[in-house]
Amino acid sequence: MQVPAPIEYERATSIDHALGLLERLGEESRVIAGGHSLLPMMKLRLANPEYLVDLGDLHDELGYITHERTGRNDGQSAGVVRIGALTRHRELLESELLAELFPIFRDAESVIADPPVRNRGTLGGALCQADPSEDLSSVCTTLGASCVIRSRRGERVVSMEEFHRGPYETAVGQAEILTEVRIPVRRGGSSAYAKVDRRAGDWAVVAAGAAIWLTGADDGSTISDARVGLAAVGPNTTGIPEISEALRGRRPDEDAIDLAAEIAARSCSPVTDARGSADYKRHLAGELTRRTLRVAAARAAGRAVPDGVLRWR
Amino acid sequence: MTVNGEYVARAVEARLLLVHFLRDELGLTGTHWGCDTSNCGSCVVLMDDEPVKSCTVLAAMASGHDIRTVESLEVDGVLDPVQRGFMECHGLQCGFCTPGIMMTARALLDANPAPTDHEIREAISGQICRCTGYASIVRSVQWAGAFERGESG
Repeated sequence: MQVPAPIEYERATSIDHALGLLERLGEESRVIAGGHSLLPMMKLRLANPEYLVDLGDLHDELGYITHERTGRNDGQSAGVVRIGALTRHRELLESELLAELFPIFRDAESVIADPPVRNRGTLGGALCQADPSEDLSSVCTTLGASCVIRSRRGERVVSMEEFHRGPYETAVGQAEILTEVRIPVRRGGSSAYAKVDRRAGDWAVVAAGAAIWLTGADDGSTISDARVGLAAVGPNTTGIPEISEALRGRRPDEDAIDLAAEIAARSCSPVTDARGSADYKRHLAGELTRRTLRVAAARAAGRAVPDGVLRWR
Repeated sequence: MTVNGEYVARAVEARLLLVHFLRDELGLTGTHWGCDTSNCGSCVVLMDDEPVKSCTVLAAMASGHDIRTVESLEVDGVLDPVQRGFMECHGLQCGFCTPGIMMTARALLDANPAPTDHEIREAISGQICRCTGYASIVRSVQWAGAFERGESG
């Protein structure tokens, strides 16, 4: 029987209340949102907080997806999407706004865990868990997102690269809470996500996300930017900057996509385990990069993508 | 919290999981306790009308919420169409996964009265039938949907 060790539990009535509790209770306190990362870790005694501060009642306040068109609204920028940290997987999956602006979310969410888990688990919880096999860190890095971290002293905004320090480690301090994820909306872009897993709802064998931004007309378009992030193939693969550098300014053709796939395969560091051999995972890192970039480029150019092309089973 | 329409209040250890609260504190043993690791879905109950795995929710986190278990499906001796569907189409073999899957099916049909086979399979994809009787489970849910739409029975 797996149960958490004894804990004290308090339910936060506001973000400030939660921050005050974290500061007062100190190192042994943790916030809990959906609980679908933290409770399994507590059952296994991999996490042993003495106090849990439950953010569940703040879902109305921190569960939102909005598109703000204010700010720099020139040729490239079309505002920013703000997603509250307590937004649940199901809400990310069902959001028409995200499906239109960042289809990578629906691609990823449809293969994250399973429906009952998606009813509880949150964006903030997934990012803060920072599991190397977790999908949303790659999704958010691929989209160039930034994270809003709040403490009693105020707010700071960090890029996903600064936020995600490595496996199970983020920039969020002990008396801080991730409150929002901000994603810049840039014209001419689209995105995609693909995952190979052993069975429905399992962690990825390997997963890849890609985003691409094109300028110019369809037959003469070039890549103004491209980003690829991988999951489950090593500690620091949520973003692969070398791919962005290699692809900028090129035409979005198969040669460019092959080059990205080759960089992805050589930039990751998979290990052999029950989910597959290191060689197989390296192959998948390349192939999933190829497929997601291809789909992202097609979507960015307004071309139809056959249904199910990113699903392998 | 409210469980099957009835208000319940208990002082419990903060670490108590909802599945154990339902089974041990309230004696509602219809909700099964399976893998302990949020994989098998035997422990699925409805929390504010949405399926959740009750082994991965603290009882304290469910405080103030509305919980429905398999015991709520039958009312005054009349079985829910989902239960009748499982009888008509042999949706249960050993029965271990049945309470959780029936609750997911109930929530699915409440939201989508005419699901496709694919939508049913997607809805129950977080739940494992150890007898691997998925085909008859899908048929059972289709039977319940058809019955509720007045197309059979």
